[in-house]
Amino acid sequence: MASNQEPINTFSSRIAVLPEANIDTDQIIPARFLTTTSRKGLGVAAFNDWRYEKDGTPKPDFILNTIDPEEHRVLVGGNNFGCGSSREHAPWALTDYGFKAVISTEIADIFTSNSLKNGLLPIVVTPEIHENLLKNPQQRVTIDLESNELRLEDGTVFIFKIEAFARQCLLEGVDAMGWLINRLPAIETYENEHAA
Amino acid sequence: MSDQPKSLFDKVWEKHIVEDESADRPAVLYIDLHLVHEVTSPQAFSAIEERGLKVRRPDRTFATLDHSTPTLPPNEKGERPYFTADAKNQVETLERNTKNHGVKLFGWGSENRGVVHVMGPEMGLTQPGMTVVCGDSHTSTHGAFGCIAFGIGTSEVGHVLATQCLAQRKPKTMRITVTGELQAGVSGKDVALTIINRLGFGGGTGYALEYCGPVIDALDMEGRMTVCNLSIEAGARCGMIAPDQKTIEWLRGRAYVPSDYEAAATEWLKLKSDDGAVFDDEITIDGSVIEPMATWGTTPDQGAPISQAVPVASNENEAKALKYMHFGGGDARGLAKVDVVFIGSCTNGRMADLRAAAEIMKGRHIAEGVRMLVVPGSEQVRAEAVAEGLDKIFTDAGAEWRLPGCSMCIAMNGDFVQPGQLAVSTSNRNFEGRQGPGARTVLASPATAAASAIAGHITDPRTYLQSA
Ligand code: SF4
Repeated sequence: MASNQEPINTFSSRIAVLPEANIDTDQIIPARFLTTTSRKGLGVAAFNDWRYEKDGTPKPDFILNTIDPEEHRVLVGGNNFGCGSSREHAPWALTDYGFKAVISTEIADIFTSNSLKNGLLPIVVTPEIHENLLKNPQQRVTIDLESNELRLEDGTVFIFKIEAFARQCLLEGVDAMGWLINRLPAIETYENEHAA
Repeated sequence: MSDQPKSLFDKVWEKHIVEDESADRPAVLYIDLHLVHEVTSPQAFSAIEERGLKVRRPDRTFATLDHSTPTLPPNEKGERPYFTADAKNQVETLERNTKNHGVKLFGWGSENRGVVHVMGPEMGLTQPGMTVVCGDSHTSTHGAFGCIAFGIGTSEVGHVLATQCLAQRKPKTMRITVTGELQAGVSGKDVALTIINRLGFGGGTGYALEYCGPVIDALDMEGRMTVCNLSIEAGARCGMIAPDQKTIEWLRGRAYVPSDYEAAATEWLKLKSDDGAVFDDEITIDGSVIEPMATWGTTPDQGAPISQAVPVASNENEAKALKYMHFGGGDARGLAKVDVVFIGSCTNGRMADLRAAAEIMKGRHIAEGVRMLVVPGSEQVRAEAVAEGLDKIFTDAGAEWRLPGCSMCIAMNGDFVQPGQLAVSTSNRNFEGRQGPGARTVLASPATAAASAIAGHITDPRTYLQSA
């Protein structure tokens, strides 16, 4: 089956910490960048209003301006990440910047669903693990999707939950649209039975 | 199994299962109605075209133009004042995509164009017991008719275009009962802001909500749509209300309702939750103590009755919100001078909302220095408001009367609140910068927004209702 993304299994990366709670999708990608008709190129506008001055110069101390995206594939947000609009532009912007995973204590439903379809792994952790990450922002973590493990630098291992089908799609690079298209015979049967 | 009492949600969910879920597979859920707008659809049309596919059920797919569209009229040459070339391109892309795929578009020139969640119900496309999706989080609005209605991302828009189905896990359910009777001057918006305040910003994550109780029964359909619309602001997947006689009367005669209306209506009335239906969670709210609400922070749960002072921050998060809003903990609400008032959006851009605002504004004038935009939710609302003379009441009061669209709710069409300005808005999100970079947004009901425009500061609408 055709795939939207590269299969993911294991990777290690340093983390980028944005400790603010309730980071909503309007912060991740403000609405005025939604007039695009492409999925690509939104990385430069990720967190635009926190990241740039009004005249467009990057704020020197904002984390996305200080790190090397190649080295920092894991974004750790404050409590309750990704609420708000259903815009898939939010995970598009984050993956275009270079992120492969987002970690928080709670992650909004639609954002989760959108992320999983774009090779961005949403990982919900306990308050203890979250605190470890916020307090040790320099650390390198390992994410292993085969074993559902998030391994912190101090050796702590956290088993995260991920919906089984989405996990399989990520591991094998299966895409959900193709899977649904294969269900068309059942869908047609349903339609015939329910025709008004 | 079949005698087990079922909730409204269960009944609608079960009816739409093509293949049930298992430990390693989500359910295949059939979608009755797919609503489409210009912002979240272009990449979805490209995705199906890349596979050589057509929209599978154009008869279940309806599109409109609302987000990127200017609310000022075209010039003499007929050119619309688009904010950017990209906005214009996005609109033209949807015009092209709908034409190529045989999808009905309520576009420019249609007397039925409107904000997608205003248009769907008023066309009678939204019907009780349906599954309704749209690439838009406020799709929860349609739950007011007893639909399972939820927002989806662009990938899923593509899935529905291609297959009319989605891969979905069944969410948990929560029943929210609002007891008692609302006081005069208190609206569906105030009920919703109270519920979100109680649940918290992410408190509904993973849940389908069902609203019920005497307060919900007593709300008109517009009020119910406002309540369901805001379900997503507590993070809920969807919100629903059982259809009743009001639902049936409201939909009667609308363009797309079934031809055998009585038979359909009989079925719709059976959808309500059975006695003894079980929910994963339940909360009860006393409706009789709800007062006109206004938010003070930067998430919709950060709200309080206008009669109460701005709360003192109890954590870092609240302190950050107050700082952004330039509000001092302990300040009276009325201290804050208002720069902009926006009445409109899929939350509060319907006739009942405009009437509530007009009732307060009639014969009055907005305060000096206030800029007020009234943006009807659809062309139908606009026409009806003009027929009732509401537009005249607004413009006489000093407000701008605009063409339908999302406008300042999302501020992507050029209708911005300027940096640092304080806006009282009937929309649904007070996030930082939602109404423009640096804009400070206070969410409130249409009556409160109107009263605040007249007074020039955040004002309880009952001030004017009593003196009227
Ligand atoms: S009015 Fe606002 S919330 Fe509603 S659909 Fe438009 S942008 Fe979204």
